[in-house]
Amino acid sequence: MATEVKPGMFSSQTAKPSKKAGLVMGGFTLITLFAFGFGGNPAAVTFQLAEKGHLLSVPDFTVSSSGFSLLVGGLMGIITLIATWLTIKQKVVPLWLSLIFGLLGVTALLGWLAAGNVVPVSFILSSAVVLAVPIILGALGGVMSERVGVVNIAIEGQLLTGAFVASVVGSVTDNLWLGVLAAAIASAILSMSLASLAIKYLVDQIIIGVLINLLVIGVTNFLYSQWLANDGANVNYPGTFDILAIPVLSEIPIIGTALFANRVTVYLAFVLVPLVWYMLFRTKLGLRARAVGEHPLAADTVGINVARTRFWWVTAGGAIAGIGGAALSIGNVGAFGREMSGGLGFIALAVVILGRWQPFYVSASALLFGFAIIMRIWANQVSPGIPTDFITMVPYVVTLIAVTGFAGKVRPPAASGQPYTKG
Amino acid sequence: MKLEIKGITKRFGSLVANDSISLTVNAGEIVSLLGENGAGKSTLMNVLYGLYQAEAGEILIDDQPVKFKGPGDAMAAGIGMVHQHFMLIPVFTVAENVALGHEPTKFAGAMDLDKARARVREISDQFGFNVDPDALVRDLPVGVQQRVEIIKALSRNAKTLVLDEPTAVLTPQETDELMAIMRELAKSGTSIIFITHKLREVQAVADRIVVIRLGKVVGEAKPTDTASELASMMVGREVDLTVKRSKKQSGDVVLSLENISVLDDRGQLAVAGLSLEVRAGEVLAIAGVQGNGQTELAEAIVGLRKLERGSGSIKYRGLSIEGESVRGRLERFLSYVPEDRKKDGLVSEFSLEENLLLNQSFEDDRGAPFVKRGLIDSAVLKAETDKAIESFDVRTQSSKTTAGKLSGGNQQKMVLAREMTRPHEVLLVAQPTRGVDVGSIEFIHEQIMLERDEQQTAVLLISTELDEVLSLADRIAVMYRGRVVGVVSADTSRETLGKMMAGIAA
Repeated sequence: MATEVKPGMFSSQTAKPSKKAGLVMGGFTLITLFAFGFGGNPAAVTFQLAEKGHLLSVPDFTVSSSGFSLLVGGLMGIITLIATWLTIKQKVVPLWLSLIFGLLGVTALLGWLAAGNVVPVSFILSSAVVLAVPIILGALGGVMSERVGVVNIAIEGQLLTGAFVASVVGSVTDNLWLGVLAAAIASAILSMSLASLAIKYLVDQIIIGVLINLLVIGVTNFLYSQWLANDGANVNYPGTFDILAIPVLSEIPIIGTALFANRVTVYLAFVLVPLVWYMLFRTKLGLRARAVGEHPLAADTVGINVARTRFWWVTAGGAIAGIGGAALSIGNVGAFGREMSGGLGFIALAVVILGRWQPFYVSASALLFGFAIIMRIWANQVSPGIPTDFITMVPYVVTLIAVTGFAGKVRPPAASGQPYTKG
Repeated sequence: MKLEIKGITKRFGSLVANDSISLTVNAGEIVSLLGENGAGKSTLMNVLYGLYQAEAGEILIDDQPVKFKGPGDAMAAGIGMVHQHFMLIPVFTVAENVALGHEPTKFAGAMDLDKARARVREISDQFGFNVDPDALVRDLPVGVQQRVEIIKALSRNAKTLVLDEPTAVLTPQETDELMAIMRELAKSGTSIIFITHKLREVQAVADRIVVIRLGKVVGEAKPTDTASELASMMVGREVDLTVKRSKKQSGDVVLSLENISVLDDRGQLAVAGLSLEVRAGEVLAIAGVQGNGQTELAEAIVGLRKLERGSGSIKYRGLSIEGESVRGRLERFLSYVPEDRKKDGLVSEFSLEENLLLNQSFEDDRGAPFVKRGLIDSAVLKAETDKAIESFDVRTQSSKTTAGKLSGGNQQKMVLAREMTRPHEVLLVAQPTRGVDVGSIEFIHEQIMLERDEQQTAVLLISTELDEVLSLADRIAVMYRGRVVGVVSADTSRETLGKMMAGIAA
């Protein structure tokens, strides 16, 4: 019998992990230590850990801004060393380590920006969650689509459709639940067009995606200026869901508000993420879906209908992205605004890759971006000295660094983007 | 189960792939479907498996006519298929692959993986397959992957098993094991349709042999018939399976590889410290099972793939050429026939003329002056292409025909024409006869021997077909997991070579 062949097939050497993680981490550590620490402002910064009036009161945490940066920078240094050591040992740096590192980096940035000021930790966290929800749901739709082998770059269009329809239907019917439902349906229908063009007519998936994005932007802009702007009180004034605070849990310091005092759209995301994970990795439908995305011909030969599987997963993914759009308008802002998705769909696209097509990793990465966005808003208020445009760049710089630096060589579903035709 | 195929006809455009083919397989019988590449064997099996719909004819199971709209119907009727290219999902486990499409479930669509594992174990134990249900398929050697495919079919209660060119990826020992499995299955009542073009295997295992040529059944043969009888039935004329060769002295070392290491696309070591020397006027064959680093080795020699840093060197007449570009290597000494002619050898959308021009479009080429002051000289190009078509017996309508329209054998002859007519001292040929008809194989082998004898070329032949290696080579280097197990003379026995191909040094 032939000897067993192991992954590192011809030698003990396995796939070479990327060296980039250590380098990128090192760079950020140095910035934290020198720019924020040694060169930073020694003024006191206060971290407000619990909101006033909650059951458990945690005293505010006050430190010197530069001292705090040195401390955090030190921790980041330790993680950098661990990552470098792993790389030298030919091991892959685990994603959770990168995420902890990112979290530390963000805290250091907070401490630096708020020198002489107060950091409302609880507020920032809960805002990050709220802002991340459209990205999470959009990316979840993207995952569902790519897992069956259809590249979906139309997430932006799906979010915008969801936001628009949710706002209009919510206003007209005066029922926000109907708004969410309509958003899901509208975005699902949009995705059906993507799915059928890609699957049945074999049109290039990137081109359809770009066209759908442009089309949705054009149509919503037109309707907004011709209709919503003039009759806003009737068709674009849905309001938002009430905040549902879960008793006791929502009063946990630091994370209580972020996790347990939210609008229903956020809770919906909390349910959908594990649900999609369960579907994909624990059910027969998920096994079939992944088979179709990896090797459609193999799936076909065991009697799985490739086209139908792709069509329905892409459509369902679109529905979820549509709910993400609803989370944007009636789940947060309370009205539809011109191009209000503002690139979140493209961030979601990056998040799909960064999260390695895994619902939980995807959500964690999306949270990082939610964080970056609230940082931008908040930093603008506490440190007006920093140019707004510079802070606006932050989420995109984070995207770039995250995708190039941390994602490393990740493997998409093997048949992603490839049409399947029978002989 | 008795399976009858009656008068199946399948057309692709104007091409008749199956012309009224009939075939009967009884329970527990091993029927061999013998035919050349392109004879229509795989088409027939895809019709049987419901992947293609036939224009005419019917399929009967136990005398009842059946209709298959898709593979699902065929499987439900008890037909299992092991495809030439495995239909396994590399990132799934064995149990997941076997269960796919008929997954056992617990509640709310949740998979019952325990049940799937148990099913794999049950079948694996019954036939002594020795397969771990939790192993990822991509980590398994091809021989074991093939067993997973068989388990997949049996787990759906297949009564008739179709094996499509199952031995193409196996070592001789693995082939023997597969044959033993086939006999075992037949004994337990499973019928087997064994598709192949390898005569030796047919003689070893088949109960009956059905020969197909150009989409038609040309007759039945017995396994006791001689190889040349079978071959002439398959090809339709007398075939001389031996290559005429003269004994001769080889010359200086032209190309030498010294301790080179190369990574594959996944960043894993595919060639691990390999050394070889090729002399002028000899054919050095690299034998070995597919996927042992041959592809990467060829690409490294041509310069398409970088050597691992710090690993040895490639020398042409004693001079290191690692720094040389692909173009530099091709112009100085090298001709290259890639293993995948459709992907790397030709541009299918280009005409034969344009394909001939591909690597001779520089004005300072030593070869024919196809390009003058940046413009293609179409008269010279046409004349040269016609000459190549003539001397390499390429069957084509004209030199303007696109390469994609030619048959595999003619495409391959066109690639050879381009590479052999360019000035060169080393000819690197990978899998020169894969998917090529017997007539073209004879021609290609002759041309390679002419290179050796008349041009004094140093020929490096990479082939996974042991027959080809044995008939062409002066010396044989057996490659296993990126290393050369040993270099032996051409009169080494098949058995020894088979062992070497499994990594056991002679």
